[in-house]
Amino acid sequence: MFKKILIPAAVTLPVVALLYYGMQRDVRTIESPLPGRMAFDFTAPTLAGDTLSLSDLEGQVVVLNFWASWCIACIDEHRVFIEADRYYADQDFQMLGVVYQDSPENARRWMRQRGGEWPSVIDPNSRIAIDYGVYGVPETYFISKDGYIAYKHIGPVTPQVMVKWVDRLLAEDRGAELTATDGDVPEGRSQGHVRQAPDVPVTTPESGGGRP
Amino acid sequence: MTSTIGYISVGGALLLSLAGATLAFVGVRTGNPGMARLARRATYGVFGLATLAIGTMVYALVAHDFSVSYVAQVGSRSTPLFYTVISLWSSLDGSILFWGWIVAGYSAAVVYVYRNRHRGLMPAVTGTLLAVNAFFWLLLAWPANPFTPVWPVPADGPGPNPLLQNHPFMGLHPPLLYLGYVGMAVPFAFGIAALVTGKVGGDWIRAVRRWVMAPWIFLTAGIVAGAWWSYEVLGWGGYWAWDPVENASFLPWLTATAFLHSIMVQERRQTLKTWNILLVIATFVLTLFGTFLTRSGILESVHAFSEGLIGPFFLGFIALVMIVSLALVVWRSDELRSEPALDSIASRETAFLLNNLLFVAFTFTVLLGTMYPILAEAARGVKVSVGAPYFNQMSVPIALLLIFLLGVGPALPWRRGSPELLRKKFLWPTAVALLAGVILFALGARHLLTLFTLTLAVLATGLIVGEFWLPVKARRQNHGEGLGAALATVVNKNRRRHGGYVVHLGVIVMAVGIALSSTYRAETEATLRPGQAVAFEDYTVRLDSLYAGREPHRDFVEAAFSVGSGGSYSGVLRPRLNYYPMSTQPIGTPAVRTRPREDLYLSLMAYAQNGSTATVNIIVNPMVVWIWVGGGICVFGALFAISSMGFVAERFGGRKKKTARETPKPVEAGVGGAD
Repeated sequence: MFKKILIPAAVTLPVVALLYYGMQRDVRTIESPLPGRMAFDFTAPTLAGDTLSLSDLEGQVVVLNFWASWCIACIDEHRVFIEADRYYADQDFQMLGVVYQDSPENARRWMRQRGGEWPSVIDPNSRIAIDYGVYGVPETYFISKDGYIAYKHIGPVTPQVMVKWVDRLLAEDRGAELTATDGDVPEGRSQGHVRQAPDVPVTTPESGGGRP
Repeated sequence: MTSTIGYISVGGALLLSLAGATLAFVGVRTGNPGMARLARRATYGVFGLATLAIGTMVYALVAHDFSVSYVAQVGSRSTPLFYTVISLWSSLDGSILFWGWIVAGYSAAVVYVYRNRHRGLMPAVTGTLLAVNAFFWLLLAWPANPFTPVWPVPADGPGPNPLLQNHPFMGLHPPLLYLGYVGMAVPFAFGIAALVTGKVGGDWIRAVRRWVMAPWIFLTAGIVAGAWWSYEVLGWGGYWAWDPVENASFLPWLTATAFLHSIMVQERRQTLKTWNILLVIATFVLTLFGTFLTRSGILESVHAFSEGLIGPFFLGFIALVMIVSLALVVWRSDELRSEPALDSIASRETAFLLNNLLFVAFTFTVLLGTMYPILAEAARGVKVSVGAPYFNQMSVPIALLLIFLLGVGPALPWRRGSPELLRKKFLWPTAVALLAGVILFALGARHLLTLFTLTLAVLATGLIVGEFWLPVKARRQNHGEGLGAALATVVNKNRRRHGGYVVHLGVIVMAVGIALSSTYRAETEATLRPGQAVAFEDYTVRLDSLYAGREPHRDFVEAAFSVGSGGSYSGVLRPRLNYYPMSTQPIGTPAVRTRPREDLYLSLMAYAQNGSTATVNIIVNPMVVWIWVGGGICVFGALFAISSMGFVAERFGGRKKKTARETPKPVEAGVGGAD
């Protein structure tokens, strides 16, 4: 009887253990070269109609969140941001949204329905998203008081992640040490855009997409 | 409202499949036919509810009901209707729903077709299938529920993944693949039923034949369609990249193909019983494993949608399936024991045995390459990736041996062949193949592996053609029939066998296409101004114009190239780059001109913002079209083979059951005692 269980178990267990291990590891950790570097500066219109630059927020811990009204996972993390915004209200903390591939009206309505007082900037040609190497939403960057990206989070932010990184960054004045590894040369904010956005060109010799 | 109907149908299907499975196994235990009848009705009920669920989802997608979470994830008002409907399988939850519907459909079909037959096996088959159903409906009711209500209702959605709405093939390739993949649950259920009831002899093998052929045909067609899709869409001019998702579809295909061959040995020689059961279990586990790989985020990140509990659920189910099935195998080990019977090396049994070993070796090779990144990280803590070179290097020798066998195997008789018969069958094909090799070499074929592949292909083709030709010749001599009539009689006498040979011919055609297109491909890149031309291989490619345009769901930039060979312009190709609102990366659509000898493949790589230049990648790909043609031949051959064992034959009297089912008598004397 014992033997009859033993063989199937001996075959199954290693397979399942390996797959379980595979599921535990984080396939996303290698994705971004940005942590440890200076955050790219940008100036963009906000949903409220003002203009905002990331450099205006120097001296504060910035949680830069790329989101969209069509993004279901963004709904989950939005509650976390609302809580955090309230919890860190009187500290050097600033939430900042970047609306990703979405119309300003839909984004405004979404913020109205779900609450949240922090600003979100509009990113019409995804220039900011491309600078930050955004692959999809939600993605969130934790930026230190002196403007370094300490951590990039892919997928919805959990309360644990939020508290861990914001607390850590609030306690530090210099952010470069937090994650910078050997060989990483921090780049200055002035560097600006490094890549060209894939715009549809203005030249339309056969305009209107008329296929003959 | 839509969500509510969805919830009710999913929940109902879950409860009914659980209840039906319980009834079925109680029926197995007590032998009460009433239980089996109830379980059968439950199966129909599950299919009805599944159809309601999927109908509701399609309705919600078409009606843009963004209060349904899945629609909010993949729907968009600007997506064309066709892509809206097929976005049913463009993302996780919807594809699981589609899966659930297909497994319910297969279950209902099996239970219906065999309602009066295989009475010993069917209650356990029904129970196993309903248990598999229950797992999928549990997924749908809980971690992958596509009907979760969203509040407040979003105004619009992001639309499906841009790659999946870039080509109409997306409407064909996934359903075919799912039909193949999911269908492997049926042979598994027969295997389990054989173990549960202890009837591991011929009955389940006979019952399962068509039910493994059908999904095999779908899987084959799905894999070829997927390769074609990636060729037409991805823009790098290739069709197979050994990507984990591709491997996930290939693995069960390998074991299912092995199974298709090895059941013939069990039918003939009452041996390989354990082996067959293990193959059928492995095939099903590999389909689950493939789904796990591609849905759990274990090998690639499924971005923006949290995977939640689906991975652990799948893992738990894989563990359960493996433990239960293997425990059953161990429990029935006495019944499964069979006499090894190899009378001679030069026999068809040997060919089948080798074929099976090769297929299993192939499976392990691909499995190892796919899992290696995880193994390496577990053992050494390093992140590695396994690229195409590993897979190509490992699979080419196996594939060559398989090509050799698929010609030689059919030519070998069962048990043992007499030397003169072997000489008769092998002499001409071998001579022709060697001659072909020499001629190809003389014509300038210097790539040795390709030369070898082509020579083997000629040999295998010759041997298979001989399997048609020798009996036809005998028939013409003995009965004085004309060529066409003799061929029709011979082929119709054993459709399963000759259909199988047609599949072999299809594989040879594919192998030739793969060998030539992968070794004699030529590629260049050119940046052109409008009016400027570049000459490459035998072609002249001239940029006529570059322009932008807008479609409801995307913007695009398209370049028109006049293409000619030998001076006279013969056509215009328009590769383009598409910009979808929800993607930062452009998705290209290459333009392909397909000819029997070679494809001309243009991809637009880049362009100047002011329209002054366009960079184009030009690929000349020889013989690619033969890969798709070969795939078509395979599917045709398999359909022909199944036409003798299916519904059609029994209903409309195409073939008498006897010849295919009972111990066959030797056919034409002198052509070997093959069935």
